[in-house]
Amino acid sequence: MVDFEIVELPDHDAPAVGDTAPDFTRPLVEDEYWEDASLSDLTDDGPVLLVFHTMDGAFPATYIWNNLRDRGVPDDIQAVGVSISSPYEHKTFLAERGVDAKFFSDPAAGIATEYGIENDLDDMAGITEHRPAVFLLDESREIQYRWVAEEWPDFPDYDEVAAAVSDP
Amino acid sequence: MSDDQPAITLYRLQACPFCERVVRVLEEKGLDYHSRFVEPMHSDRDVVKRISGKRTVPAIVDENTGVTMSESANIVEYLENTYEGAA
Repeated sequence: MVDFEIVELPDHDAPAVGDTAPDFTRPLVEDEYWEDASLSDLTDDGPVLLVFHTMDGAFPATYIWNNLRDRGVPDDIQAVGVSISSPYEHKTFLAERGVDAKFFSDPAAGIATEYGIENDLDDMAGITEHRPAVFLLDESREIQYRWVAEEWPDFPDYDEVAAAVSDP
Repeated sequence: MSDDQPAITLYRLQACPFCERVVRVLEEKGLDYHSRFVEPMHSDRDVVKRISGKRTVPAIVDENTGVTMSESANIVEYLENTYEGAA
C-alpha cells in the first residue's frame, strides 16, 4: 500500500441496513438496448446487488466490476450498477468487461442525492457523481448489507460482498 | 421488464427521424408505449433482427394484436388502421 494518508471523504447520509432503499426510474442498459425501468421492477424479480460506482472510464469502476465478475457475484444475484455515464458508455463497458449486469444511467446524479452519496469531483466543474457504495436488497428493497466508500479511492471487501450475496 | 409494461414496444434510435415520426403518431393517438433504445451501429442491432427479421428501426411489437413490423410508413399506416378511433 501507499505510505501516506488516503484522502478521506466527508460524512455521507446513505440509508442503513434495515432501511428501505429509495425507488427510482432511469434508463436501464442491458447488452442489447436500454429502456426506462425502476429499481422496484428488478427487486420484484428477486434480490438485487445495487452498486454505485464512478463514471465508467475511471479505474475504480473497472476494478469493482472485474472483482465482482471474477467472484461470480453476477451469476448469483441480479447485479445492477449506477453511474453518471451515458447509456452508450454503459453498453461499451458491459461488452468490453464481459460483465453480466445491467447499469442504470443517472447523468445528473439525482439518485446520488436521493441516497445521500453525492461526490462532487474536484476540479471537474459541474460534475457530481455517486460515491462508490454497495447495497444488497431483498425483494422488498430492504437493505441487507451496505458498504459506502470512506476514502478516495476506496473499495468494498469483495469477499464480504460475495458472502452476503450467497447468504440469503 | 415489469408486468404492467404497455402493450406496444418501440425499438428506436435516439434522434432517428423515422422513429420520431412513429412516436408522433403514437402520441397523437394517446397510445401507451415504451421505448427500447438500440445502437446506432447497424450490425449491433441483433435484438431488432431477432424480433422483426431485419436490423432497421423503427420497429414495433404490439401485444394487443400480436403484430411485429418495421418501416415507419408501414407502422404509421398500421397504427392509423388499427387504432382508428383512438385519442
